[in-house]
Amino acid sequence: MRRRQRSAWIAGTLLAIGLACLPLLLQIGLGRSWVRIADLALLYTLLALGLNIVVGYAGLLDLGYIAFYAVGAYVYALLDSPQFGLHWPLWAVLPLGAASAALFGVLLGAPTLRLRGDYLAIVTLGFGEIIRIFLNNLNAPVNITNGPQGISLIDPLHFGTISLAAPHRLAGLTLSPPLQYYYLFLACVLVVVFIALRLQDSRIGRAWAAIREDELAAAASGIPVRNVKLLAFAMGATFGGLAGGLFAGFQGFISPESFNLMESVMVLCMIVLGGMGHVPGVILGAVLLTVLPEALRMLGDWQLNHLGRVVADPDDLRMLLFGLALIAMMLFRPAGMLPSPRHRREWRKDARP
Amino acid sequence: MSELLRFSGVSRHFGGVQALSEVSLSISRGELYGLIGPNGAGKTTLFNVLTGLIPPSSGEILFDGQPVHGLPPHRILERGIARTFQNIRLFPGLTALENVMIGRHARTHAGLLGAILRNRRTRNEEAAIRARAAQLLEHVGIARHAQALAGNLSYGDQRRLEIARALASDPRLLALDEPAAGMNPAERDSLARLIRQLRDEFQLTVLIIEHDVRLMMALCDRMAVLDFGEKITEDVPDRVRVHPRVIRAYLGGGEA
Repeated sequence: MRRRQRSAWIAGTLLAIGLACLPLLLQIGLGRSWVRIADLALLYTLLALGLNIVVGYAGLLDLGYIAFYAVGAYVYALLDSPQFGLHWPLWAVLPLGAASAALFGVLLGAPTLRLRGDYLAIVTLGFGEIIRIFLNNLNAPVNITNGPQGISLIDPLHFGTISLAAPHRLAGLTLSPPLQYYYLFLACVLVVVFIALRLQDSRIGRAWAAIREDELAAAASGIPVRNVKLLAFAMGATFGGLAGGLFAGFQGFISPESFNLMESVMVLCMIVLGGMGHVPGVILGAVLLTVLPEALRMLGDWQLNHLGRVVADPDDLRMLLFGLALIAMMLFRPAGMLPSPRHRREWRKDARP
Repeated sequence: MSELLRFSGVSRHFGGVQALSEVSLSISRGELYGLIGPNGAGKTTLFNVLTGLIPPSSGEILFDGQPVHGLPPHRILERGIARTFQNIRLFPGLTALENVMIGRHARTHAGLLGAILRNRRTRNEEAAIRARAAQLLEHVGIARHAQALAGNLSYGDQRRLEIARALASDPRLLALDEPAAGMNPAERDSLARLIRQLRDEFQLTVLIIEHDVRLMMALCDRMAVLDFGEKITEDVPDRVRVHPRVIRAYLGGGEA
């Protein structure tokens, strides 16, 4: 027991050192743009972990998840930009964004409580689109969201007067903005991972699992299905809203187009590919699906260098390879790349449909 | 013996089909009470109405003197009525132990904050849930399968697991819907022993639906017979056995 504990500590320390050094290595080895990609990967990890609570833990198929990301992002953008001339501090804006998203989560959850599977997916898909279209049209008669033009000049993430968009010197090292974002996002991811793991192995987590497995049996076993479902929606949305706020401050510009259906589908893909309901799998899925498309961008340069001209448009090629990878996954690792040990057992042993 | 459960004039129809019509019955504390009747007589509908999965169209259900009709299922469970299902409904992808731990939900309290902070109170509660669940698995005789996925258990063990999950909520009334279905005679006998033993140990009142009339006659203190949604009679097994309408409706001429 003690030995296992010690090896867990060693593994944790190594992981921490690795995560801390990763962006520095990326910057030296591949250039600063890759640090930015790492930042995005962390944002998507936050999103995927949030959606995993709804889809992976509670089994509620939500195709409009990106709406909560949008809510968080717009709360930040409206309260920290020239749009209304407001410049609220970070500690107020981020929690407010997360809380607003949670509220929207409950608003979405309440009318869809009786729906399951395909039906729930369709309604949540509609909800996601409604939010996007709302943001698109909320520029008249009173201009709130600036419509399709989006909101620009959003204040970068900042602590008091320290803005993460300006480089800082720390102990002889110059921290570029992408590096600073990296460490902030990493801290958020670690907190969310901690919460997700604790929730999974708890009375609430078991109630979610019960609803996922058999809603009727859950009700008959004393689970207040309505409240427990709403809690799942709210928790998932909270993380989505937090990620949205970070995204707005990171990007400096948001418009409704950043929150279309494709994004919802992408986040869902991350979960399914990585291993639904299993936190390490979800993280792996999010990182891979953010990094892979970026890496495949380089195919264009490669063709130019080795074939003299671009034979296949890298963008098309990227999607083709992406699609093939998805199909291969479904065939060879149907439970995801890193499924939970239990899920793996289920897929192997039993022949349930 | 005092009365624990009373149905007064409970009806339920689905469109034009009268699944239960004006059913009244009374179950005393500590009784093993049987519910028999041909297929489609309304037995399972009665269970669903009792446990809140379907609201009654009319009528009253009093549990320990308090009305429970129209309450949502988890509230009815909280009052002390737990059930099993005719077509077993476990959480197949969870372990046997977790299935029983979920049954403990109604008697425990840890919420979101407790789950995240995992303070001493929550840790103690979790340990108590786990210990109680393990003990119940022991009781129904499947402790060795605690870590197996519920969906992978044998049929008979799944039935036992469902009973353990129901017991986890500290019920006063245990409602079993065809617990012996699909079991061989040896398994049936051991199940009957288990039900009696559980009744005595947990001071339960047991309401049981079963097709095996021989088993029911041997097991039950009293029984009611349903046919086409109506109660034909409610009496001790020996008198039910010779009741002319029962013989006509259900047992057939040869049985008496």
